[in-house]
Amino acid sequence: MDKSTLSIAVTGAGGSGAVTTGLILLEAMARQGYYGIMNRSSGPQIRGGESAVMLHFSNREIHHVPDSYDFLLAMDWFNIERFIDEIPLTTDTLLIYDKNAGQIPVAIDAIGAGMFAVDFKSVIKENPGSRANMLGLGILANILQLKTENIRKALQKTLGRKGDAVVDTNFKAVQAGMLLPIPAVHTAHIPAPLPIISNRWNISGNEACGLGALSGGVRFVAAYPITPATEILEWLAPRLEKLGGGLLQAEDELASVNMIIGASFGGVAALTATSGPGLSLMMEGLGLAVTSETPITVINVMRGGPSTGIPTKSEQADLNIALYGFHGDAPHLVLAPMNISDAVFTTQWAVCLAEQLQTVALVLSDQSIGQSRAIIDQPPALTLPCTRKTPDNTENYKRYQLTDDGVSPMAIPGTVHGMYTADGLEHNSSGTPSSMNDDHQLQMQKRFDKIHGYDFGEHWARLDVQNEQPDMILLSWGSTSNMVLEAANLLRAKGLVVNVILLRLLMPLQKEALQRLLPEGVKLWVVEQNHAGQLFNYLQACQAIPRYASVYARPGPLPMRAAEIAAAVEDTK
Amino acid sequence: MTSMVKPKDYKSDIQPVWCPGCGHFAVLSALTKALAYLQIPKHQVGFVSGIGCSSRIPAYVDSYGFHGVHGRGLAVASGLKAARPELTVVAAGGDGDGYSIGGNHFLHACRRNMDMLYIVMDNQVYGMTKGQASPTTEPDWVSKLTPHGSGVRPFQPLAIALASGAGFIARAFSGDPSGMSKILVEAIRHKGFAFIEVLSPCKTFRPEQMEWKKIVHQGFEHAVDDPIKAASLIHADDGWGQGIVYQRQLPVWEINYPVTTDLTQLADEFSIR
Repeated sequence: MDKSTLSIAVTGAGGSGAVTTGLILLEAMARQGYYGIMNRSSGPQIRGGESAVMLHFSNREIHHVPDSYDFLLAMDWFNIERFIDEIPLTTDTLLIYDKNAGQIPVAIDAIGAGMFAVDFKSVIKENPGSRANMLGLGILANILQLKTENIRKALQKTLGRKGDAVVDTNFKAVQAGMLLPIPAVHTAHIPAPLPIISNRWNISGNEACGLGALSGGVRFVAAYPITPATEILEWLAPRLEKLGGGLLQAEDELASVNMIIGASFGGVAALTATSGPGLSLMMEGLGLAVTSETPITVINVMRGGPSTGIPTKSEQADLNIALYGFHGDAPHLVLAPMNISDAVFTTQWAVCLAEQLQTVALVLSDQSIGQSRAIIDQPPALTLPCTRKTPDNTENYKRYQLTDDGVSPMAIPGTVHGMYTADGLEHNSSGTPSSMNDDHQLQMQKRFDKIHGYDFGEHWARLDVQNEQPDMILLSWGSTSNMVLEAANLLRAKGLVVNVILLRLLMPLQKEALQRLLPEGVKLWVVEQNHAGQLFNYLQACQAIPRYASVYARPGPLPMRAAEIAAAVEDTK
Repeated sequence: MTSMVKPKDYKSDIQPVWCPGCGHFAVLSALTKALAYLQIPKHQVGFVSGIGCSSRIPAYVDSYGFHGVHGRGLAVASGLKAARPELTVVAAGGDGDGYSIGGNHFLHACRRNMDMLYIVMDNQVYGMTKGQASPTTEPDWVSKLTPHGSGVRPFQPLAIALASGAGFIARAFSGDPSGMSKILVEAIRHKGFAFIEVLSPCKTFRPEQMEWKKIVHQGFEHAVDDPIKAASLIHADDGWGQGIVYQRQLPVWEINYPVTTDLTQLADEFSIR
C-alpha cells in the first residue's frame, strides 16, 4: 500500500447518495488540507442506477488513480460486481458495509479484505432523517479525524442549494455516524495534511476546459449535448452571458461546428465541445475552417469507441481521427491536457494558438479528466498572446495574402474596405475561387508554413527528467500521463533511472525537441490507453522515435494503473 | 452627407460561373437593388452560402462573404448573426443545399427565428453535379441517377417553413426581378427569420423551365399574420403564386447580454474558502 496517499471508494444503488458522499468528502478533505481527486463511475441507467465514486487523497497535488483502495464504504451490495474491476481491493482494504444488506457477495468475500459491519438500519431508526451514506461519512470522518467545521462547510457547499433544513438534517446524520464504533485502522497509513498556504481549487476537468476557453477569449459557443462533454457546455452557458457572450444550442454537430466558424468569421473567438461521434460529424466543417483559415477550437472529450461505444468510460482512442480524420491536406493543431489542472492551461493555449494561426485547434481531453474532480493549487492566470492578426491598412486588401510567417491579416466584418469572401474552395490570395496549380501550391504551403514555422516554445511537453542517460524513458499523453509519472516513481524506487516525456502538443509534432531527449540506444516505452497504439504508430510514422521502441497500449474502460504500467515495461528488461 | 450606394456598387468584379440564361442572375440584381434601396453599408453585410450553383453568389456581391460547405450555410449564418447581431446577415443557396443536405438546419433556423434573410434559389435540379433530381423535382422527372424518376413527392418549402415557425414566408420569381426586389426589401426589414423561395430556372438541365414565365402568377396579394390562414393559402396555391404569404412578428433569438463580471470573479467559484 502506498503510504503517502489515502484512497476511499463509495458504492451504492441509485439514490443511495454515493456521489453526494464523495463530493462532501472531497470538499471536507480539501478544507482539512489535503489534495485529492475523485473519479466517478455509474451504471448505464439514466437515473437510479448504481454508482461509485473513487477518491484518492495526498498531501501533494495528485491526479492518478491508486493501484488499490484502502477503504470501501458499501451502502449495499447492489450490482457491486460491476465495480469490482474498477475498484481493486486487497487484504489491506477495510470494507465498511451495512450488516442488513444481505449476504456478502462471493466475489467480495473471496478478497479477504477487512470487514466492518455496521447496523445502519437501527441507527437510522433512532435518528430520523439520517441515511446510510451520511452515517458512513461519519465513520470515515472519525477515521480521518475530520474537523466538524470542515464537514459542516462541505455539506453547505454540496447541499446548500437544497436549503438549510437539508444541510442540518445531513449534518446531524454525520454526527450520529461519528458516534458509531470506529474500526481498528492502521492510522499510520493516513498521510498528515499540510497547512494550506496557496489558494486551492475544487474543480472538474470539464469545468477546467470551460475556464481555459474563457481565458483564451472564447465568447461564442455552439453546443450539441454528448456524454462526457456536456458539462463543459453547461458550465459555459451562463458564464459566457456574464462575460457578454453567449451559447447557442445547435440542432446537431454539423450545425455546431459551422456556427462557430460563422461566429469566428465575425471576429469572435469561438469553440464547441463534443465526444468521438460528434467529432466525426464535424470533420467536414473542420476542413472548411482550415481552408478558409477561420480560427476555431474544438474540445473532444474522448470516451470508449467506436460508435456509441462506452459513453461513460474513458479511452484515448480518438488520436487517429484528430490527426488524420480530415479530408485533403489539412494542417491543424492537436493538443491534449494531462490532468484537470493542465486542462485550464492547455485549452487556453489551444484557443490562443487557433486565433494566432487562424486554424483549427483540437483539444483531446477524456472522460477520466472531464468528469473527475480534483483539489488543486489555483493555476496561475496566464496571459498568452491570443490576438488575431487584422489588417492595419485595407488598401488593396487581400485576405489570403502570402506573408513571411504564412499568417494573413484577417479583416473583420464591419471593417470598411476589408470586404472579401472566405471560401472552402481553393482560392487565390484575394479569396477568389481558383483551381490553378500555383494558387493551390502557394496557399497550401502557406497553410502548412504558418503552423510548422511557428515557435511553440517550451509548452509542447511536460518533462520529468532524472538524468541525461536514463535506463528507460516513458513517453505518454493525456490522462495516462498521471499514471505514467507514478509508474516512473515505482521504477525509480527499484533503482532504475527513468525519464518521463508527456506530450501536450501532438500536432505539429515537435520532432527535433523530442529527439534531443532520446539518447541513442535508450529503452523507450510509449504508454497509452487504446488498442492500436495510436501515438506509438504516429511517432513511428514520423520517424520521431527509434524503430526498436516499445509500446504498452490497451483500451479502456479500466484506467491504467501505475503498478500495471511499471510491471509491463519492467518485464522486458 | 455620405454619397448614396448604387446597386452596381454591391457587385464585385468576379465573373459569375452561371450559364447564360440562368435565373440566378436576376436574384443577384434584385438583391443588390434591395440593398441599395435600404442603403445598407456594404461592410455591414455578411453574405453566407453553402454549395451549389446558387451558393456561388456571395463572391459576386461586394460585401463580407462566406462560401461554406454543402448544406451548412444557415449554420454559418446563424453563428455569424449570434456573434455580430448588428450585421445584416443574408444566407442563400439552392434547393438541394437547403432542402436536402441542409434540411435539418432549415427547420431549426425557421424555429430559432434569428434576424436574417434566407433566399433559396429553387430550380428543382442539382445543376453543379450535372442534373440530378432535387427535393423539389417532380417524381416522374427522369435523370441518369433516377432512370424511372425519383418516385418521391416534392418537398413543400413554404408549408414546411410555416410549420417550422418562420415568421416571414414568400415566393418570388427570377422572371420578375423588380417584384423580387420589393419582397427582398420587406424581408430584410422584417425583424426575424425571413424565408424567400425563388423560382429560378435552370436553362441547362431543365430547359423546359423557361416556360415558367407563362405559369407563374400573382398569388399572395398581401401577407397574412394568421398561421392558419397562411396554411390554407399555401395549400390552396398551385405552387406558382408569387408574393409574401405570411408575416408575423415572433420572438427573435439573439445573444445580447451586458458584461456583468470578469474572469477573476468567475474563477473564484472554485476557491476553497
